[in-house]
Amino acid sequence: MVASFSQEVKPMRSDPDILVVGGGNAALCAAITAREAGMRVLLLEGAPEPYRGGNSRHTRNFRCMHSGPQGVLTGAYGEDEYFDDLIKVTGGKTDEALARMTIRASQECYGWMEAHGVDFQPSLSGTLSLSRTNAFFLGGGKALVNAYYRMARDLGVEIAYEAEVAHLDHDGQRISAVEAVIGGETVRLTPQAVVVASGGFQADLDWLAEAWGPAARNFLIRGTPYNRGKVLKDLLDQGIESVGDPTQCHAVAIDGRAPKFDGGIVTRLDCVPFSVVVNNRGERFYDEGEDVWPKRYAIWGRLVAAQPDQVAYAVIDARSLELFMPSVFPPVQADTIEGLSQRLGLPGAAFKATVERFNAACREGDFHPTELDGLATEGLDPPKTNWARPIAEPPFYGYELRPGVTFTYLGLKVDSSAQVQGAEGPVENLWAAGEIMAGSILGQGYLAGFGMTIGTVFGRKAGEGAAAHVA
Amino acid sequence: MSLDLVSEARRQVEICNACRYCEGYCAVFPAITRQRIFAEGDLTQLANLCHNCRGCFYACQYTEPHEFALNLPKALAELRHKSWKDHAWPRGFAHLFDKSGMAITAFLVVSISLLFWIAQSLRPDSGEGFYAYMSHGLMVAIFAPAFLLPLGALGLSLKGYWRSVGGGWLTFAALSDAMHAAAGMRNLAGGHGKGCNFEEEDRPSNARRWAHQATLFGFMLCFASTSAGTVLHYGFGLEAPYGFWSLPKLLGVPGGVLLCIGTAWLAYLKTQADPRLGAPNVWGGEMAFVLLLGAVSATGLALYAASGSGAVAWLLPIHLGTVLAFFLLTPYSKMAHGFYRMAALLADATKRGA
Repeated sequence: MVASFSQEVKPMRSDPDILVVGGGNAALCAAITAREAGMRVLLLEGAPEPYRGGNSRHTRNFRCMHSGPQGVLTGAYGEDEYFDDLIKVTGGKTDEALARMTIRASQECYGWMEAHGVDFQPSLSGTLSLSRTNAFFLGGGKALVNAYYRMARDLGVEIAYEAEVAHLDHDGQRISAVEAVIGGETVRLTPQAVVVASGGFQADLDWLAEAWGPAARNFLIRGTPYNRGKVLKDLLDQGIESVGDPTQCHAVAIDGRAPKFDGGIVTRLDCVPFSVVVNNRGERFYDEGEDVWPKRYAIWGRLVAAQPDQVAYAVIDARSLELFMPSVFPPVQADTIEGLSQRLGLPGAAFKATVERFNAACREGDFHPTELDGLATEGLDPPKTNWARPIAEPPFYGYELRPGVTFTYLGLKVDSSAQVQGAEGPVENLWAAGEIMAGSILGQGYLAGFGMTIGTVFGRKAGEGAAAHVA
Repeated sequence: MSLDLVSEARRQVEICNACRYCEGYCAVFPAITRQRIFAEGDLTQLANLCHNCRGCFYACQYTEPHEFALNLPKALAELRHKSWKDHAWPRGFAHLFDKSGMAITAFLVVSISLLFWIAQSLRPDSGEGFYAYMSHGLMVAIFAPAFLLPLGALGLSLKGYWRSVGGGWLTFAALSDAMHAAAGMRNLAGGHGKGCNFEEEDRPSNARRWAHQATLFGFMLCFASTSAGTVLHYGFGLEAPYGFWSLPKLLGVPGGVLLCIGTAWLAYLKTQADPRLGAPNVWGGEMAFVLLLGAVSATGLALYAASGSGAVAWLLPIHLGTVLAFFLLTPYSKMAHGFYRMAALLADATKRGA
């Protein structure tokens, strides 16, 4: 493809050896690694400085293999168990060789991260189930991103904010030039190697609508508004090999009152297993108690997306209010079911009938909120197979649920050294890391903390590979 | 206005409680996770537990320009200031908190002038060292009430504080836990031990922690020096001036030096930190307090250095004037923070069941 640079394009005074496109975890790992190998590195972050770091800003841990207690990690978490966990969530949609390589490399990431300024903390309250498998960042992902930016700056990585890459010129063998808009000015760069780590396309609602139809415009985007997939699209248009289902995104059910973008962790709602969930016609549509919430939250995004107007309502009674982590928005509250349906804007008669049918189907038994208690409804369709307790004790509470998109699966195909693959083999000087290539390993579903693992492992590999190419 | 500070702190704390990423930084966040509903007293306790280390601000994904606009260090600093005013005794003096800079200046001028006048007009016929300028009896007559009355007022304030935050029964374990937290400034360590985010934005540093400990321990040594002098005077009939190898001097000289270094360092750090992460309205008053404490130590050391010379005649009233202003303003200036902070650490320890 012939480059189509605009008239005002000016070459930079001195081109970097390595250009890193993106400013999140993967990009920073690549930039730091390449700089430590002696390269002159320029990192282009598309977001303004306060929003730097992409979706890494919203993360809180990474999943780490370890053979015994290590730092804040308890017990041991071996390669096979880790891989099994991945198989369970992806249903086998993964590249085993790449996945195992990533898992093995994760062990050594812990020390590297600490050496580059990241601090860890013991597993957060309410997340004890992850204390063995996931190392939590002290302060969360933004603190990690800050630490890496400090490290990068100290090492001499050049950093530009509000620097958006418009086009990478792929001449068939290599990236010969990169066109970027930095601070409103279009520049043409000719680095010797390029690392793309600029995320997926989940903030581009038009693109989501192409795959999902107009319903996608009602989705909320949990993370950064800056992951619009420009670089991804530009490269795919030039014949770079893709991986991952282009029509799929990872979506969870979140509080419907969340901001359109960047609501992050505080918009999550963990009340579904203890509730009755209805759509805006007042009808139930799925077993709320199918499994414990950490194993089910991911499917609820798609379940809600399939409902009219992409909205649903979770309703609980007074007994269940303190059984889950509080969301940031207080629930809608009423003393009667009629009052609640009015406040939630539900059709009163239909909603009341649904609750009455549900209550009548509940039976006596022991209720155990922290385990599968088998307290199931009888003769109800769809059933609720655990934690089925009547919605009986006022006040009643309701939460609006909407699909919140976390990330998209479509990405660039890479090999085990993070090098990007074109139609005729690897692109000589192009590497990819992070969400832009995660679909290679995570073809479906999600495993908590695995995104950051992929970003760290492939970020470092990309930095190494790019530096070795230039040297 | 006051109600707004409370509801703003509540709004922010509820967001923190839904996030919890900051749990490892300090005692404030574990305290938040123990509750779901936050009454004014609960928020007051969180505000006084907060050491303004700012780690949470730089780690926060919801600071401006995000629409949630979190700035917890500021919200808690403003509420903390309000809580000191609310608990001030007598009530009429509460407004001094808002005009700390002016109050310190005014008290300094008045008390130094008063002591100059005393040194001039009531100069004793005999006496050694500074007792040649002012008799021991007169000093005690001025400073005993100037020390004890403010302490009594603070005691009443703290009693009100303890009641409003619902502190539990004091145990030895709770006391020990709170003393350890204060002695090591655990809550300025940032959880990782690299310190707080004060003078270099998101880069942690232990500078403020060390500067504060130099100030705290310097102050304690000076206090111990004065106490040692009192014991020597009344218990052993040994009167000032004391030689360099005496207990009051061995405690007081290093104490004064530490206090000078600590306060100068704190004042410098304060000029480097972002005022928007504190209570901006009281920045001047806080700075004036640090400088006053620095002046107490500097004039004390100068007075010792000048012993035997004629300079004592004017250094003595200046030093005693700074001490008098400092004592009198203790319950109504930044100095109160030490007492409230200790109470908050104790209350937190009792709530954790330590």
